[in-house]
Amino acid sequence: MSYFRAENLSLHFGGLKAVDAVSFAVEKGEILSIIGPNGAGKSSIFNLISRIYSPTSGRIFFEDQDITEAPAYGIARLGIARTFQNIELFENATVLSNLLVGRHRHSTTQLWQELLFLPSVRSNEKAHRRRVEQVIEFLDLEPHRDKLISGLPYGVRKVIELARALCSEPKLILLDEPSSGLNVEETDDMSFWIRDMKSELGITVLMVEHDMTLVNRVSDRVIALNYGRVLAMGTPADVQVHPDVVAAYLGA
Amino acid sequence: MRFLFKTDYEDDIRLFPHSGYVFSYGILLVLLSIAPFVLSSYLVSQLVFVCIYATVGVALLILTGFTGQASLGHAAFLAIGAYTAAYLQQFNVPFPVYFLAAGLLTGVIGALVGFPALRLQGIYLVIATISFAFIVEEILARWESVTHGNEGMRIKTIQLLGTSVSRDSPAFYFLCLAVLILTIVGALNLLRSPTGRAFVAIRDSETAARSMGINVSLYKVKSFAISATITGFAGVLFAHKLSFISPEMFTLQLSIEFIIVILIGGTFSLHGAVLGAIFIVMIDPFLTYLKDDMPGMIAGVAAAFGAGSARAAHIQDSVAAFASANGLKGAIYGVIIVLFVLFEPLGLYGRWLKIKLFFQLFPLYKRATFKRQKIYVKSERNR
Repeated sequence: MSYFRAENLSLHFGGLKAVDAVSFAVEKGEILSIIGPNGAGKSSIFNLISRIYSPTSGRIFFEDQDITEAPAYGIARLGIARTFQNIELFENATVLSNLLVGRHRHSTTQLWQELLFLPSVRSNEKAHRRRVEQVIEFLDLEPHRDKLISGLPYGVRKVIELARALCSEPKLILLDEPSSGLNVEETDDMSFWIRDMKSELGITVLMVEHDMTLVNRVSDRVIALNYGRVLAMGTPADVQVHPDVVAAYLGA
Repeated sequence: MRFLFKTDYEDDIRLFPHSGYVFSYGILLVLLSIAPFVLSSYLVSQLVFVCIYATVGVALLILTGFTGQASLGHAAFLAIGAYTAAYLQQFNVPFPVYFLAAGLLTGVIGALVGFPALRLQGIYLVIATISFAFIVEEILARWESVTHGNEGMRIKTIQLLGTSVSRDSPAFYFLCLAVLILTIVGALNLLRSPTGRAFVAIRDSETAARSMGINVSLYKVKSFAISATITGFAGVLFAHKLSFISPEMFTLQLSIEFIIVILIGGTFSLHGAVLGAIFIVMIDPFLTYLKDDMPGMIAGVAAAFGAGSARAAHIQDSVAAFASANGLKGAIYGVIIVLFVLFEPLGLYGRWLKIKLFFQLFPLYKRATFKRQKIYVKSERNR
């Protein structure tokens, strides 16, 4: 059985088939990229997995568990974290508290304990803080710890969003266009981090990406989508020369 | 300027970042504890109102400032707390018991209000909470067997530890101050724990909060319940301070006053609740001054500039008529809100921070430090 599986996943908005009977599987420890022209349904698939949308039909499995009906907040509890294409950070909070929100799925303290800030809450907080510090070190975010998100440039925010996802210690991470809006250097850093996430942290990565350089560098396998359907699946090199993919990008 | 070098994770957690805070809050505490023995009874009375309004302000900050759920129904929560106290007092229930019961009942009702609020955003939530406030007001006026309707209810003095605590005594002031301080400490504790961060996350992006494993509905209800509980506690003190309560005291105008407390104080920090409370409590003496002294003063000035005595008397009358016009208070509130939203969106506490930073950075302060930039990348699609 595969680690993560989508079976005949469909999402229809009236007559528009944003995602149309898409099936794919992600193996444990691999980096799978989804590519495709604008409007191909890539982000919709992510929103289906993280339960922002409910699928019209089809099922999603993670670690042999059906998660199609799980509540949106339950997905993170299972160990699936995500980033967003347009950055969804908590603007008016510091970097540190953004990252600590990433630890939310590991928090065990009760409300009454927190009101009194009992020693157990304090030691939990320190433990969370320690894990956050490890992520800060991993992604070189040391200079930004206490800054407000609203004052940070786009490139840094992108990294912080990745950091927040990593703070939840996910088993599977969904990256929605990790390199969009980044310059060449930042994209380089991003590709190293994605590979390190796989090799050092053992996280499985599912990624939507337009930048083919990045896709080629990090992906084990690639899925090409167009009009909500799977065009091709395989190694990056194979998919890029697949006639349907070439037709979708360049026109027949 | 002081630079903090953090050497321990404790430095991110503690409430007082450095000894300067301990010193200045210590002085404040000393001043507050000698206040009732030094100040006139009128001023102490005003301080009690500041404490009560600030407590409600903290409650509203938790809900509106930190969770991002606007409410114009907090007068109703205050009323529920006040009436619960008045009702239970009739059966000789001791103060600590009805104090807690009032908070608990208000909290439960707050949670119930929170449920329909789950599906509402922004302005619609405001309308829903206004309707709730009107419903409560109406119930208070008509459920005569419990609330005595428009006749209102008398509140007896507090019996605590065998002594009676009159509403003008220093002991009552200390009680209100203690409730305020405990509320603030509780709120600060909450804000540095997972629940408080979840609140802020919900305020800034519900989608992201959900994808981080936060049960948004649960936390919104929690926020409503916590905010209502605190307001219920404040309601008990409010009832005791006034010694008489009736439905027309808990109108929409009172809810708006609470919103003004946090808007003017500053919605991003608990300091705002206290500063806003001081401001709102000072409006009443200011209005009295407008009514009593202003007309005569203006007439005096007019006379000095050569207006005849008949003319001066006419001016005095028209200014007096203006100052005692109906609805002047509401109009002043409106003007204050508009001016603050336009020119000081960070509120009095924001202004204080700016002044502080100005002196810390002295010749290098730049106004752009607090300038908010507009971000255009945030997606509204996934709300």
